[in-house]
Amino acid sequence: MRKQEGYCLGIESTADDFGVGIVSFNGEILANVNDTYRPEKGGIHPREAARHHARVSGKVIMKALCKSGLKPEELSVIAFSQGPGLGPCLRTGATAARALASYLDAPLIGINHCVAHIEIGKLISGARDPVTLYVSGGNTIVAAFEAGRYRIFGETLDIAVGNCIDVFAREAGLGLEGKLPPGRVVEEKAAKGENFIPLPYTIKGMDLSFSGILTAVISFLKSGKYPIEDICFSFQETIFSMLTEVTERALAHTEKKEVLLTGGVGSNNRLKEMLKVMAEEHDATFHSVPKEYALDNGAMVAWVGVLSYKYGLVTPINESFVKLKWRLDEVEVPWVGENYAY
Amino acid sequence: MLIRKGAEASLYLETWHGRKVILKKRLEKKYRIPELDFTIRTQRTKHEPLIIHKAKKAGIPTPIIYMIDLNSSTIVMEFVKGKRLKEMLDEISHEERRSLCRRIGILVGKLHKSGIIHGDLTTSNMILTPEGRIVFIDFGLSEQSFETESRGVDLHLMKRALLSTHFAYAEKCFVSIIEGYREVMGEKTEEVLKKIREIEKRGRYISER
Repeated sequence: MRKQEGYCLGIESTADDFGVGIVSFNGEILANVNDTYRPEKGGIHPREAARHHARVSGKVIMKALCKSGLKPEELSVIAFSQGPGLGPCLRTGATAARALASYLDAPLIGINHCVAHIEIGKLISGARDPVTLYVSGGNTIVAAFEAGRYRIFGETLDIAVGNCIDVFAREAGLGLEGKLPPGRVVEEKAAKGENFIPLPYTIKGMDLSFSGILTAVISFLKSGKYPIEDICFSFQETIFSMLTEVTERALAHTEKKEVLLTGGVGSNNRLKEMLKVMAEEHDATFHSVPKEYALDNGAMVAWVGVLSYKYGLVTPINESFVKLKWRLDEVEVPWVGENYAY
Repeated sequence: MLIRKGAEASLYLETWHGRKVILKKRLEKKYRIPELDFTIRTQRTKHEPLIIHKAKKAGIPTPIIYMIDLNSSTIVMEFVKGKRLKEMLDEISHEERRSLCRRIGILVGKLHKSGIIHGDLTTSNMILTPEGRIVFIDFGLSEQSFETESRGVDLHLMKRALLSTHFAYAEKCFVSIIEGYREVMGEKTEEVLKKIREIEKRGRYISER
C-alpha cells in the first residue's frame, strides 16, 4: 500500500534555473526555492549553467528543507525534471535527485517538464480542464487533455517564442544591463509604440513559425528607419496575435471552457489581455499563473511527483537517464479527469 | 442560416440569386489591433479565392467562387453537396478507404505540382460528392510555393490530422496517400518524405533525436 500522506521534494534543472520545491500529498506547497544562472553576456551556455547548478544544488536543497520545516527523513518521494531540456543541466539535477533518493531510500520519479508547467498552473489557478498556452524561452506549445494525455494542438516549427523575443532584444541592445528580463523591456518599449509596421504572420495549420519574423524584425532594426518603440509594438502585436489565434483554434476545436497561460512569456500583460478577450468571446474563462509558478520552479516538479506517486509511476534508477527531447504528448497522465483531492 | 462557426470564420448557408451558396465571413477579432486585424482578414479574403481558382485550373475540384466583398471580408461560393471525409472515412471498407486515400494523394500531388500549398489538409476539409468527386475546401491557410519545405509541412499536417481523428488506420491511410502523391510527383516524393521526417524531428521534442 502506498502512503497516502507525505511530502515530495522536486528538483527542476532543465535550463538556467535550479529550483527545489517541497509539496505535501494534498497539494500544499511548503517551499519553492530557486537559483538562476546568469550569463555574463549572450544566452544560456549549457555547460556553464550546469556548473552553476552543481555549485548551488546543496545550498538550494538545504534552503528548501529549512523553509518547509521538515527533516530530510520526512520526505517520502524525490522527483526531478527528466526532460525536455539542456543535457548538462538536466544531468546535474538528475544526479542530485538520484543521490537524495538513494540516501533517503525514497522512491525516485522522473517527470516531464511540460506536464509540470500545466499541472502547477492548474493547481495554482484553479483551472480544471483548460486549453494551455505554454510559452517560454524553450517551448511554445498549445495543448489540451484528450484521451489520457496532453495532446499538442499547435507548436512552433522552429524557434520558441521566448527565444525569438530574447534574440531580438539582444540585437536591439535591450535589457543587456540584466536588471529586467529582456522580454519585459520589449514590453515596456512596445507600450509606447504607436505605428504598426507589417511583419510576416506565419501560421501553418495549427503550428507557428517565428524565425522569419525574427529576421524581418532585425532587418527593420538595422535599417534605422523606424523608432524602436514602433518595432517592439509591431513585433509583439504580431507574435501574440499568432499565439492567440492558434489557442483560439484549439479552444474552438476542443470546446473546452478554460484557457490557461503559463511559462515565462506568460507574464507579458499584452499577451494576457489578448487571450482574455479571446477567451471571453468563446464564453471561456482565462487563467494566468503568477510568476513564481509560471517560470521554471521546483514546486511544479514536486507536485507532479505527488500525482505520479499516487498512481504508482515510479522511475527505477536504471531508467532515470535524462530525455532531452521528451515530448509532452508521449506522457500518460492517469490522474487527469479523476477527482484527486487537493 | 449559420451552419458552422469556426475559430476564424462563420459559414452561412443562403440563397443567392436562386442558388444555394455558402457565405464565408471572416470575423473581426477584438484581440488584434484593428490595423492588423483588417489586413489579415482582407488578405485572406482575397487570397483564398485566388488560390481556389488556381487549384481548379490544375484539376483539383474546388467550390465555384461567385463574389467577394472585402469590406465585410465575405466570400460567396458554391454550396458543395456531399459528405465530409471525416464523417465517412470510418464507415467504409479497407479497400474503399485505400482507393479514396490514393485519390486524395493524387489531388494533393496536383496541388503541390502547381505550386499550391493547402495549409490545412484535414479530412474535414474534403467533401465526397454524390457523383464521387473529392472536393477540396477551405483554402484559408493556403500559400503558393514550390519549396520542398512547404510541401513537407503540408503533408506532415495531413499526417497529424489523420493521427488525431482516425487513429486506428492513420498510418495505412497515409501510405495510400503517398502512393497517389507519387503518381503525380514522381521522384520528388522521396525528397518530400525525407523532409517530413526532418520536420518531425525539428524543433520538436522527439525522443529519437
